[in-house]
Amino acid sequence: MKRMLTALGALLTTAVMSISAAQADKLKVGFVYLTNPGDHGWTYAHEVGRQQLQSHFGDKIETTYVENVPEGPDAARVIRELVAQGNKVIFTTSFGYMEPTLKVAKEYPDVMFDHITGYKRATNMATGNIRFYEGRYVQGVVAGLTTKSNTIGYLAAFPIPEVIQGINAFARGLRSVNKDASIKVVWVNSWYDPVKEADAAKVLIAEGADVLAQHTDSPAMLQTAEKAGVKGFGQSSDMHKFAPKAQLFSSVNNWGPYYISQVQKVMDGTWSTGDGPDHWAGNTWKGIGDDYLVLTEFKNMPAEVAAKAEAARSGIASGSLNIFEGPMKDNKGNMVLEAGKVLDDGGLWGMNYYVEGVEGNIPN
Amino acid sequence: MFDELLLTVLLTSIPLILAATGELVVERSGVLNLGVEGMMLMGAVAAFGAASLFGSPYIGILSGGVAGMFVAAIFSLFVLGLATNQVATGLALTIFGTGLSGLIGAPLVGQAIEGLPALHLPILSGLPFIGVFFQLDILAYGAIVIVGLTSFFLMRSRPGLILRSVGINHDSAHALGYNVLRVRLYAILFGGFMAGLAGAYLPLVLTPHWAEGMTAGRGWIALALVVFASWQPWRVTIGAVLFGGVTIMQLAGQARGWPIPAQFLSMLPYLATIIVLVTIASRGHIALGAPAHLGKSFFITR
Repeated sequence: MKRMLTALGALLTTAVMSISAAQADKLKVGFVYLTNPGDHGWTYAHEVGRQQLQSHFGDKIETTYVENVPEGPDAARVIRELVAQGNKVIFTTSFGYMEPTLKVAKEYPDVMFDHITGYKRATNMATGNIRFYEGRYVQGVVAGLTTKSNTIGYLAAFPIPEVIQGINAFARGLRSVNKDASIKVVWVNSWYDPVKEADAAKVLIAEGADVLAQHTDSPAMLQTAEKAGVKGFGQSSDMHKFAPKAQLFSSVNNWGPYYISQVQKVMDGTWSTGDGPDHWAGNTWKGIGDDYLVLTEFKNMPAEVAAKAEAARSGIASGSLNIFEGPMKDNKGNMVLEAGKVLDDGGLWGMNYYVEGVEGNIPN
Repeated sequence: MFDELLLTVLLTSIPLILAATGELVVERSGVLNLGVEGMMLMGAVAAFGAASLFGSPYIGILSGGVAGMFVAAIFSLFVLGLATNQVATGLALTIFGTGLSGLIGAPLVGQAIEGLPALHLPILSGLPFIGVFFQLDILAYGAIVIVGLTSFFLMRSRPGLILRSVGINHDSAHALGYNVLRVRLYAILFGGFMAGLAGAYLPLVLTPHWAEGMTAGRGWIALALVVFASWQPWRVTIGAVLFGGVTIMQLAGQARGWPIPAQFLSMLPYLATIIVLVTIASRGHIALGAPAHLGKSFFITR
């Protein structure tokens, strides 16, 4: 019996060794997800990107992901686990993973970290982001031409720069076609609470909004819009099947190209974040022009509205249309950007005001 | 516009009314079941799954209730059969229900269903202001009926008296010849059924899709409401509507640009719960109607 066990043990050891030998030349890539791919929003879009990455490189890489990882210190444990499993490239896919990623990056200098939507970088930590706000400008154009009540409802999660950029870009698009329309913003203080998102949508409809936009992750708002007979925009992924009559279009986050280019750089040995203290070279921020942000088919709107939306989309893609170009006033009437000037990326991240067309104040 | 807001408040309150009424009966029998959140999630996933599979939200309602009852049966096996600590078992039930519902629900993610239709009662639903009370769905009407029946059962009927006596002193009830464990089993199963219905209300009415952890803490609010209501069925309804009202008003306040920080408004419902809990705690436990043997395990001694 004992001999048999020893033999079995030896066999198992060989088996395990041969498996790891076979995997040794594969590049292992790990992902950390905020919720589960079933949110049909933010995390789902990352999961699609991961699958594109996997199928692009096929046998040359092995990808894994950990889902439902809370933002904050606990994330560091998960990231370390991924390192321990032999992952050489790790994508952490939410803003709140910034500090944990930085911490673990300093502990493991030979692993390459890629943090999504953050601004802190290191020699082995890059940042990647999508110019989400570009899609919101097009949403604003469509909303301005669609609304009858001139009231747009906007569900927002948290008052961070990315969300403010989105609201302001939406307002720029809205006011470019409709000077009388304005946006009512409701903060739900959560990225993902379907019932609360639905409640907030109902409240906005009751307050007169007939077009809804969201910067939260679930399809609850669109379902509510569908039921109430108003229009809305999907978030992160195509939510058409939740609201076939209500979804005007959805801005889809297309992470695949970013993941593929980063992993390609690692394979070529060209992955670098630069020498400067801020490691700016390690930052990627692209949008519609590079297909990092893709707009779904324009539906449930007249052809002339779709044509205006397409004009705005291609203008942004070619660079002929600047969303934040002066003259630009905040919603208190102060000039924030002189005529002829264009807001740079630093200005975009420093937005602490609403532009004309948004009601109310940014919560502190 | 006011009508629409009122309707939203009512709809938000329904799951709380259902879950809290069920838990109230359980606690009146002397059992504290902290697993409401887990039972609600199981009810939600079962309701959505059944509604999606059979194409009928009505089958969804029933499945939700039965799933909640099934989880409650597991709870009763432990706390009644093995006399385990009720607090620990209830917490375990919440964790279990959260995990299992996520597992069962994984293939359901991304599907959409037809929710429960609103039944507009003729004439009554056309009335100004109070008309919205007659524009609800069958489960919402059912919830009001159940609260009425539960109140009658607990306060006016003989079996209700027995149930309350078991909660007040299980040894005396046992000495009088009542089967304490059986009474508690029925109460726990009823509580589970109600929590399951409450969970079912989310994917069938409020937002017709399944999402992992979609109850987002509403089970805990239901537990707090029972204390808030000092174990009186009608007060549960009032508490639930108040809670729903504050939740919706903070959203409406933002849309209307009230100069109050959104975070403060979001905090209000929870602040109200804490204030009530503190008030009750400072005014004494039993004086406010808490069952004296709440949370105590029963052993047959003689």
